Amino acid sequence: MTELAYRDPEPKILHGAKGDWEIVIGMEVHAQVRSNAKLFSGASTGFGAEPNTHVSLIDAAMPGMLPVINEFCVEQAVRTGLGLKAQINLFSQFDRKNYFYPDLPQGYQISQLYHPIVGEGEVLVDMEPGVARRVRIERIHLEQDAGKSIHDMDPENSYVDLNRTGVALMEIVSRPDIRGPEEAAEYVRKLRQILRYLGTCDGNMQEGSLRADVNVSVCQPGAYEKYRESGDFSHLGTRCEIKNMNSMRFIQQAIDYEARRQIAIIEDGGSVDQETRLYDPNKGETRSMRSKEEAHDYRYFPDPDLLPLTFEQAWVDGIAATLPELPDEKKARFVLDFGVTEYDAGVLTADTVNAAFFEEVAQGRDGKQAANWVINELFGRLNKEGMAVSASPVSAAQLGAIIDLIAAGDISGKIAKDLFEIVWAEGGDPRAIVEDRGMKQVTDTGAIEAAVVDVIAANPDKAEQAKAKPSMAGWFVGQVMKATGGKANPQAVNALVREKLGIE
Amino acid sequence: MTELTALTIAEARKGLRAKQFTARELAEAFNAAAAASAPLNAYSALTPEKALEMADAADARLAAGDAPDMCGIPLGIKDLFCTEGVPSQAASGILENFLPTYESTITSKLWEQGAVMLGKLNMDEFAMGSSNETSVYGPAVSPWRRAGSNTALTPGGSSGGSAAAVSASICMAATGTDTGGSIRQPAAFTGIVGLKPTYGRCSRWGVVAFASSLDQAGPMTRTVRDAAIMLGAMAGHDPKDSTSADIAVPDFEAALTGDIRGKRIGIPREYRVEGMSEEIDRLWREGAEKLRDAGAEIVDISLPHTKYALPAYYIIAPAEASSNLARYDGVRYGHRAKLGHGDGILDLYEKSRAEGFGREVQRRVMIGAYVLSSGFYDAYYLKAQKVRTLIKRDFDAAFDAGIDAILTPATPSAAFGIGEMADADPVQMYLNDVFTVTVNLAGLPGISVPAGLNADGLPLGLQLIGRPWGEAELITVAGALEAAENFTAKPERWW
Repeated sequence: MTELAYRDPEPKILHGAKGDWEIVIGMEVHAQVRSNAKLFSGASTGFGAEPNTHVSLIDAAMPGMLPVINEFCVEQAVRTGLGLKAQINLFSQFDRKNYFYPDLPQGYQISQLYHPIVGEGEVLVDMEPGVARRVRIERIHLEQDAGKSIHDMDPENSYVDLNRTGVALMEIVSRPDIRGPEEAAEYVRKLRQILRYLGTCDGNMQEGSLRADVNVSVCQPGAYEKYRESGDFSHLGTRCEIKNMNSMRFIQQAIDYEARRQIAIIEDGGSVDQETRLYDPNKGETRSMRSKEEAHDYRYFPDPDLLPLTFEQAWVDGIAATLPELPDEKKARFVLDFGVTEYDAGVLTADTVNAAFFEEVAQGRDGKQAANWVINELFGRLNKEGMAVSASPVSAAQLGAIIDLIAAGDISGKIAKDLFEIVWAEGGDPRAIVEDRGMKQVTDTGAIEAAVVDVIAANPDKAEQAKAKPSMAGWFVGQVMKATGGKANPQAVNALVREKLGIE
Repeated sequence: MTELTALTIAEARKGLRAKQFTARELAEAFNAAAAASAPLNAYSALTPEKALEMADAADARLAAGDAPDMCGIPLGIKDLFCTEGVPSQAASGILENFLPTYESTITSKLWEQGAVMLGKLNMDEFAMGSSNETSVYGPAVSPWRRAGSNTALTPGGSSGGSAAAVSASICMAATGTDTGGSIRQPAAFTGIVGLKPTYGRCSRWGVVAFASSLDQAGPMTRTVRDAAIMLGAMAGHDPKDSTSADIAVPDFEAALTGDIRGKRIGIPREYRVEGMSEEIDRLWREGAEKLRDAGAEIVDISLPHTKYALPAYYIIAPAEASSNLARYDGVRYGHRAKLGHGDGILDLYEKSRAEGFGREVQRRVMIGAYVLSSGFYDAYYLKAQKVRTLIKRDFDAAFDAGIDAILTPATPSAAFGIGEMADADPVQMYLNDVFTVTVNLAGLPGISVPAGLNADGLPLGLQLIGRPWGEAELITVAGALEAAENFTAKPERWW
């Protein structure tokens, strides 16, 4: 596997009233496992159904009901762990996290506190070409999602929708290695990209498939390095956890607000209280949800209804063998094999559909030219129209044919853009279109020469002037192109004009 | 011919096939006996029409020659089992009016075999208790009385209704569940056979959970043979219960060879607890002698961690219960408290649970929440789990050393009077489980066999403990003990 070389980005510096501060961020991302059925019941995970229609006896916690593990969800978690280059724990176990809430019918959430399914891994967060943050993953555990409490339907009562109750989540816990609001957003974006590559989470933040709890603290420059050397958290500031963020933009805003809030407290001689906070996007501020003193005592203990998960290494290896090429590797390969820039490779590998489209276009062709056409012409156009690559009216084969026509000298770059428009609007085989509509550029020097001679003969004054002022040649080239209906090879026209005018 | 209600499963099986009587006649006889048993308070719900319907179906199968062993056998079902459309309350106020839309795996299996349901049986609330006195239905009463006394006695608990019903012949056999002795102790108190299988032998799906890692359902019957027959129908792997074992179910009845020559029976010295009555001690000694007379070898063994079992049990069981009972919150089913103006969700929880749960259940929920709380988890729950491992290791060592079964008393005393323990420290009541909880902690099969009467004429039982998945061998030894004890006493009908 090839890897590109990266250096660390600089941490974000905030200027307080009394000095500079750095931000330290750790994230807990809850990613909904892509699976048709819930983690411990056969009920559907479909989004947007009528309330309380995807609820089994188990989800509703009827008396005597027992959870049975959905093995596909387990496989998805292992796949995710492998995708994050993480340790897969051959022994893991489910624990009960006990608390009362109406959208938690069992009175406990089945989670994994003591023995998570996945251990340490990493995510490479690209910031700009050559610069990326290596964020360490502490663990991933499987757990049940809760239902939804609805408080605004009735002035007296609250309502509960249990459709989401019991849906499988992966909680992906990072180390506090993220050093700024932009990095935090990029971390989530990269994680989502990897999960989508793996097919283990659809990453749909609007539907709540990906949500993040963000732990934020501030420290003075130098303190973080001391923490990294010693592993001693006391070098870092007291952290606050901002719960349930489901937008990259809000994550950035919330971190920025929260860091400044903490700095202001410390610079005023106060101290930050460890607490859970919520971000209010309307006001652009975080507010306290509950303090450490009010924190629940979850009374975790191993769930006696479930056996521990134990895997054979060979089973894990089998899943590893089916892993797709992941974004970092694909990007490196595009740079090294196709010669595209790291920036372009990043755009092309944003998702697998884009990447596959590009690869089909680039296969056997000039990589840079293919990248140029795919990104600037096709993606540009699709973006403008608000269309997905999967819905592109121009297929990879068609785009490849256009590029081939340019490479063969059959059409000029300018004609190629016209051809692209025709294919976009009407479809069809680009080669046939060029033939049928006489778009093929004239490379027959005899025909071009005749046209050049005609144009010079018709404009003797200008020809005379051009001999003294070679930049006039451009005018003749334009006239010849016009005379040939734009089909003449511009290089050949240029050369012949100069030759006939006697310009060096 | 004997009265139909006095028959054993084995006898009824034979009589049904010999067409001496029909399943419907059996059901009618038991319906009548059950209907006339109100003073025992053994049934929490009767289903006479269902019984007749099921009996008719059983008769059709018998006529077609397609009848499994349990076909036509009238059973009582402990209220802890969820039965479709039939009240299933775990004897708790919190589940008032709860009618399951589903049938527990075990009862499903029994009905598939053609067994007949007479009704639901009283028990301690959520199976927490040793005397059936914590039931929301009021205590079940033992059909047994001390000689010359009218004092109402407990049938034991938590499967008190099951024990009372089987010994009073108001059902032919019953299901029970056993978390710390809830099948074996009441069986001993009422002179019947109670078998707790190996943990994982019978599915827990659809059985209201008390302590998930300890709960196990089993048969309560008149004879060891009946227990073997009924266990065969109840046992087996259930994909809906992750802790149910995918292990073949042997022919338990075939294990009743009567031959225990050469079997090594362990007598654990740690079970000779302080203050054990002379009559229990004698019963135990005589039981061992009878097994020796039948050809077994009696071996003195040590299970050194026994004394830690009861405290460990009373940490683990309440811990699991505190979590298992969290779902009874008044939101979706069961009892919901009337709320006052301005009451919120916490009031709903607190009032519903305070009204719906009885005192013993509340005590255990609180103990459980306490031992799991942060700062105490390591000192209590984790420590108790370590003790549990040591207790299991004690048994493993004994069986590895060639012991085939272990003989102990089933209970430290005979049945006591209802209300007699009302003012006692709850720990006094917990001591009833002293001989039985080790078996649950180690996940082993255990069986209580009637072994005699005390000076007051009350039944006493002996317990045999077997290897994991060794129910068949356990039944062999229990059958021999039963034959040697030849316990034939029956309670005199007073109700």
